[in-house]
Amino acid sequence: MQNGYLLRVENLHLQRQEKKILRGVTFEIAPWQVFALLGRNGSGKSSLAYTLMGCAGYTPSEGRILFNGQDITHLSITERARLGITLAWQEPARFEGLKVKDYLALGMKEPSREKMEAALNAVALSPLSYLERTVNDALSGGERKRIELAAVYAMRPRLAILDEPDSGIDVLSLDDIARLIRRLAAEGTAVLLITHRNEMVSVADVAALMCAGEILRIGEPQEMRDYYASRCQPCITVEAVEPPGGEYERL
Amino acid sequence: MSDFEAILKAYERSGGNPRFLRSSRVASLVVSGNRVLGANEIAGIHLTSEQLPDGVRVKVVVEPGVKLDTPAHLCFGVIPAEGIQRILSKFEIGAGAKADFIAHCTFPNARSIVHLMEAQIHVGRNAQMKYSETHYHGEEGGAEVLPKAQVIVDEGGQYAAEFTLTTGRVGKLDLDYVVNVDAHGVAELTTKAYGYGTDAISVKETIRLNGEGARGLAKARIAVRDQATSQVIGTTEGNAPFARGHVDCIEIVRDKAVANAIPVVKVTDPRAYVTHEAAIGTVDKKELETLMARGLDEETAVDVIIRGMLQ
Ligand SMILES: Nc1ncnc2c1ncn2[C@@H]1O[C@H](COP(=O)(O)OP(=O)(O)OP(=O)(O)O)[C@@H](O)[C@H]1O
Ligand SMILES: [Mg+2]
Repeated sequence: MQNGYLLRVENLHLQRQEKKILRGVTFEIAPWQVFALLGRNGSGKSSLAYTLMGCAGYTPSEGRILFNGQDITHLSITERARLGITLAWQEPARFEGLKVKDYLALGMKEPSREKMEAALNAVALSPLSYLERTVNDALSGGERKRIELAAVYAMRPRLAILDEPDSGIDVLSLDDIARLIRRLAAEGTAVLLITHRNEMVSVADVAALMCAGEILRIGEPQEMRDYYASRCQPCITVEAVEPPGGEYERL
Repeated sequence: MSDFEAILKAYERSGGNPRFLRSSRVASLVVSGNRVLGANEIAGIHLTSEQLPDGVRVKVVVEPGVKLDTPAHLCFGVIPAEGIQRILSKFEIGAGAKADFIAHCTFPNARSIVHLMEAQIHVGRNAQMKYSETHYHGEEGGAEVLPKAQVIVDEGGQYAAEFTLTTGRVGKLDLDYVVNVDAHGVAELTTKAYGYGTDAISVKETIRLNGEGARGLAKARIAVRDQATSQVIGTTEGNAPFARGHVDCIEIVRDKAVANAIPVVKVTDPRAYVTHEAAIGTVDKKELETLMARGLDEETAVDVIIRGMLQ
């Protein structure tokens, strides 16, 4: 490990179809840390998540990603996953013909019934009613999101990138998600938590604010949350005109 | 090893459970090459067979009103690497009867095998027949399999057939099923195949809804990889008032494989309603990347997705 960081992102740039989506993103996540990433729609949060995971079409044009001291910028998704990185998609995929239990087992080193049940319990789903179900349309969006999180938990990754784990989850159930994130961290998983929701930020150890493909600030979750809630609004116009770098300082 | 033991082993390889072929309480028929090695009748079902130079002629009769509470098990196989097997079969499901058939066709050593199946099936008034057929053609791609069926479903009758060829190579498959459905009858055809190497898959499913209120579903789930090819022609005709039919074809293509789908819907009565959907594409990117993000390599992830679709 280098300087005690698990993940180090250096000056990451991403361009898609001529459009600059990430513009020099730099930050670090320590092991066991919950790192919240806040930002308005279209600010580039999901794109950053895909780039960190190594998804097709998300190869950075500049910059590097270091994981545990190793340069992983050009590793495949599988290789990154095997190093202990995983991603829960904002909109989880559907899998025709794949049962929840098989889905959970896929990422587990030694699958067992007990571990699958524990994973479902961790997202407040009853194993009895879900293990035999299929990960397709027959599950609601919220159920699929929880199962996605259960699959991440079952994998025991070293870094879990959670892209809006709170979206599509009713307010009363937000606590379940917050509890899961704390549990992941307590059991040794660092979490990159992408969210819009102020209330989720309180789970984090540190938070960053993203706007138009850049990290504006990194700091205390509380402070970032207030900043996001009260002062981030002008960002919308900033985004729309895509100003040259540096202009965000006026925020 | 006796011929019977050899065919049981091949049967097991194709996913069958030999227990059923040994049980005296289960109707069964075992054919190896052109020889009938075993036939077990139970009350209400008659199995007669006749040896042909290159196969067998089989007649299956289920008496009217008889409801079989366990499926009849059929096993057709060729053990040597080469040969031809022609199965001429006739199924007569009496009025009001109910019968399920589980068939396995197995050519575990196929290097050059031709298997022809010509079935004539009659499902009587208000009778129900389910026929599920699973094939295993070995790992060399040396089988040529031509299953043909002509099915007549009488008024109120129900016929459901499922053809599965998803483990091992396909070789060459040329399936052609035609079902004629009378008033308030139901027909459901499902074909699942997974081709790779130079496998060639051709599936023709035709359902003619000829009687008032008849219903039909022609469904295909096909995956092809490497240089394999597939063509699916799913046809449903609505020829009577209130007939309802649907053609549903999903194909997944990878590598240099080529897939083709032609859904044909034909309506000759304005009160009939027939729909179709066909989707051909590669494996969904998000599904693939999700599985890879759990640590699966790309090949394995593709396989998991394809096998899921073929479930
Ligand atoms: N394939 C693409 N081609 C061009 N632009 C794209 C492409 N994919 C995403 N974008 C743009 O990149 C920007 C960042 O999108 P991204 O999905 O990363 O935002 P986000 O912060 O996750 O937003 P949300 O909060 O809505 O999930 C958006 O302006 C989007 O329109
Ligand atoms: Mg997003």
